[in-house]
Amino acid sequence: MKQRMSQSLRRLAAAWLASLVALCLAANAQAQNLTIEITRGSDQAIPIAIVPFESQAAGGLPQDVAQIVSDDLEHSGQFEPLSRSALISLPSSSKDVFYDDWKRVNARYLVVGKIEPQGSDYRIQYELMDIAGGKRMLGETLTSSASDLRASAHYISDQIFEAITGIRGAFSTRIAYVAASGSGDNARYALYVADADGYNAQQVLSSDDPILSPAWSPDGSKLAYVSFESGNSAIYVQNVATGERLRLTSFPGINGAPAWSPDGRKMAMSLSKDGQPEIYVMDLASRQLTRLTNNRAIETEPDWSPDGRSLIFTSDRSGAPQLYRMPAGGGEAQRVTFTGSYNSDGRFSPDGKALFMITRDDSGFHVAKQDLDTSRVTVLTDTRWDESPSVAPNGTMVIFATQQGSQGVLGAVSSDGRASFRLPSQQGDVREPAWSPYLN
Amino acid sequence: MQFKTYAKTLAVALSLAVVAGCSSSGGTQEGNMDGTSGNMSGQGMTSGQGANGSQMNANQQRPSVNTIYFAFDSDEIRPEFESVLRGHAQYLMANPSVNVTLEGYADERGTREYNLGLGERRAQSVEQYLTVQGVSPSQISIVSYGEERPAVQGHTEEAYAKNRRVVFDYK
Repeated sequence: MKQRMSQSLRRLAAAWLASLVALCLAANAQAQNLTIEITRGSDQAIPIAIVPFESQAAGGLPQDVAQIVSDDLEHSGQFEPLSRSALISLPSSSKDVFYDDWKRVNARYLVVGKIEPQGSDYRIQYELMDIAGGKRMLGETLTSSASDLRASAHYISDQIFEAITGIRGAFSTRIAYVAASGSGDNARYALYVADADGYNAQQVLSSDDPILSPAWSPDGSKLAYVSFESGNSAIYVQNVATGERLRLTSFPGINGAPAWSPDGRKMAMSLSKDGQPEIYVMDLASRQLTRLTNNRAIETEPDWSPDGRSLIFTSDRSGAPQLYRMPAGGGEAQRVTFTGSYNSDGRFSPDGKALFMITRDDSGFHVAKQDLDTSRVTVLTDTRWDESPSVAPNGTMVIFATQQGSQGVLGAVSSDGRASFRLPSQQGDVREPAWSPYLN
Repeated sequence: MQFKTYAKTLAVALSLAVVAGCSSSGGTQEGNMDGTSGNMSGQGMTSGQGANGSQMNANQQRPSVNTIYFAFDSDEIRPEFESVLRGHAQYLMANPSVNVTLEGYADERGTREYNLGLGERRAQSVEQYLTVQGVSPSQISIVSYGEERPAVQGHTEEAYAKNRRVVFDYK
């Protein structure tokens, strides 16, 4: 009896200590992470019920997997998860689901699951049901370590998203961004990489000098960026996992706007070594540069079409910044934006059919989308100070930098403009977001 | 403003000097909201007028005013800053071993990479002014920070006016 008691006491103490450690870790991470706030929900969001996953794990689970899935789907702008208080029952298996009950609460889809400890790992079982269609759509069992539970939740979100929308999910991707704090001589800059939902933010570079324009390599292993650490702008390439990095260009003048070609072999950039910013393409193996533009204007912010055959860039050759398109091997540039007096920082949609860009109107600088076939322009945001749009690899969302009061925050908007989000940071200004490619 | 005002009479006399091909105008678009040109009523900026510390003798003093400001959407040297630039030109000519870095800046409106271009244009405009005065190009280097490192935080016209600038950095 005595022994049993002390054993259970010890277990209790251990659990308590573990929860304390988890709390400290969470608090620590909280200070770094971005949090997603919904600023506008889509009126076409699909109602989905996500039941908390059943678990017999002693002391609970380190992560609420169903909640992470729910948040992911909600933050895609395409789903509207029912609140937990609106759930009429808590099934953990499709066998226990009564479709008519869920029809009555207007859930179009239902997700259930359970998580069991398996040694030091967890066994996660989940199922997706089409309530309107009255059928089970998806069911899968996976094993996850405790530290991978968030990643497993994002994987489940990806599967559910694709099963329902037909579009590959981008919840397992990451974002890079720059955080800036202090001003004048106390200014600090840091480059971060975080999960697409803002969690697991990790600093990969810090500096007293400005950092800007991070760009992911197509395989997601490297970041190119501009840093002023040498006293002038220079383009660096850094391995995200190892931190190993090299200085790619440090010409006199501006070294800016790096953009990897889709095959990862070339980098477009803007260099002013010959007088004013011009678009160049560097072959990364030979470091050989090809100059693509040649005039008195500012030419910058190149982006590759997904097929790698053409580039768009910003030029003020007409007297104001507008977007132009030219063959990636050089040639004539054609102006593509004619709506509005300021269009810059163009980014192709992954299907190459549209451009996302920053456009100015009477109320400020916004993220806009231009259909390349029809040239129709849709302004997607109502925030006033938008910059640096970056498109999710599945084309459904655009992340960008904006201002909330006097703070620099990241914003995100669905590519149809229906849903919008804000990702503030606890750590000063955040800006210059770059959405990674698919990483799995 | 952080500079002292002295040698006023001399500066006024200097400002009457002939100014040769000093500015280029490259259709800079900082991005105003209303299509009108920015409000440059001064906000303390014009106190730079005549505030140059240059002297004609051999012991050239480095001018105390190290920052000049630009109108919205412009890389043109404003007349009130020409005396400041001439002071720096004379100082650099009298001290050929001295080098200066011209730091070009823009206000926060518009995209960061494009604003690097705008900051560089302003610094080049100052460089051109100095070389026309006779300063050796080898004494001058340029770095553009664009909208990075603003002198003043904020989204007001006053803050923007103080951030559209070129700074003489003598290291």
